[in-house]
Amino acid sequence: MTTIAEMPAGFADKVLSAQSTFRSVMDAMARPGSVQRIEAASGVPSPMMRGSAAIALTLFDQDTPVWLDAAMAATPNVAKWIKFHTSAPVIAGSSVCSFALIADARALPDFEEFSFGTGEYPDRSTTIILQVGSLTEGPAYELRGPGIDGVAILRASIDLPDLLDRLSLNAKLFPRGIDLVLVADDAVVAIPRTTRLTAKEG
Amino acid sequence: MNAPTYNFAYLDEQTKRMIRRAILKAIAIPGYQVPFASREMPMPYGWGTGGVQVTAAILGVTDVLKVIDQGSDDTTNAISIRKFFEKTAGVAVTTSTLDATVIQTRHRIPEAPLHEKQVLVYQVPIPEPLRFLEPRETETRRMHALGEYGLMHVKLYEDIARFGHIATAYAYPVKVNARYVMDPSPTPKFDNPKMDNCPALQLFGAGREKRIYAIPPYTSVVSLDFEDHPFTRYKHDACCALCGAGESYLDEIVTDNAGSRMFVCSDTDFCETRQAEGHRGSESAPYAENRHA
Repeated sequence: MTTIAEMPAGFADKVLSAQSTFRSVMDAMARPGSVQRIEAASGVPSPMMRGSAAIALTLFDQDTPVWLDAAMAATPNVAKWIKFHTSAPVIAGSSVCSFALIADARALPDFEEFSFGTGEYPDRSTTIILQVGSLTEGPAYELRGPGIDGVAILRASIDLPDLLDRLSLNAKLFPRGIDLVLVADDAVVAIPRTTRLTAKEG
Repeated sequence: MNAPTYNFAYLDEQTKRMIRRAILKAIAIPGYQVPFASREMPMPYGWGTGGVQVTAAILGVTDVLKVIDQGSDDTTNAISIRKFFEKTAGVAVTTSTLDATVIQTRHRIPEAPLHEKQVLVYQVPIPEPLRFLEPRETETRRMHALGEYGLMHVKLYEDIARFGHIATAYAYPVKVNARYVMDPSPTPKFDNPKMDNCPALQLFGAGREKRIYAIPPYTSVVSLDFEDHPFTRYKHDACCALCGAGESYLDEIVTDNAGSRMFVCSDTDFCETRQAEGHRGSESAPYAENRHA
């Protein structure tokens, strides 16, 4: 049983840490495939990574229901930490969550389990924060779409065998769709619904 | 007594989080207007409350802010917003387009090309391009959902039927990433081509109408037109009287009661930079002597 005193801390400087984290995420979203760094330091409840903890402290609040995957929910640490620092409701049903925190990519539910938004309100969709092994090493992907000058190359080790199939289905739903934020330690890469991903040959 | 202090960049953190989430969704869905809970700001609606809220949500201590109003750094609106952020965020400010990292603008896009390290924040009065054609929000929302933009083409066609050409000169509708029709805010259509494939991120904030939308960098932005009436830029057939520029957007200034007029660059930084480089127009005073007198 973790008491509040034992709980990992939030940002030391809430205002400026949230701002710098947001700018990293905004740059990542605006330039898909580019690797942004999160500099702000906070306490991190296991199995969250530094980056996902900072994003949680920056974007979660009482208006954003959060869904945790089995690995995140294995101990009450993460849910407690999120509730204490952000007041965000941690909910059991993934279909209405604003954010989903995924520690184990292999166990990522189908995208249909989350919210795609509606044709009238495509912004009311889930942002999945997916923790991955690496965003600098691993198989190479080619990214195309808004925010990218031609082609961007991303090397990442993402433990999700059907990633490309899922993303190509997701792309067909536009303007509805899921936005992905990949986190590896302090590195962040965003794959918004407009980005087209293909495996790089050779 | 303590001097009153503000949270960094004026807005409270809860508001910033809400705006930041809206900005992220706006970037993910280029051209789509994301509703947000716009706050009252210490300035009236119509003075850029939407742009100010977007700027406040993204601004950091290392940013360098430039604010322009119709291209000018030294009009009332631009100065008061620049001072607002100097006071509440303590950020560095500049009038140089090149040096700025965040540029808040009312109704112009700077002449100097923007680069990747910049964010351009537009102040938007009426974000819905279809609003004057269809007053009901429920209907315009459905039209966007279905990509049903025939009405907008009818409007442009009626321009041609009545005037012989597309007479819309500002707030000229564009299609973003081949999907959403978007109002570029009341920028002159001269500026529309600068939005296409721009290296900088473009964010739009409408305070009274409570909408935020975005164009990510390197995104296709096409001005609506017809094959036989292609989109054309418009500018006065003149050169700047102060710097001699022939390619910039010009303001027309009436100089006496007899109808005399002169044309000058609307972008003051562009004009001053050119003058400092030695360019001269028809009305220029001898610049160097003037400056060091």
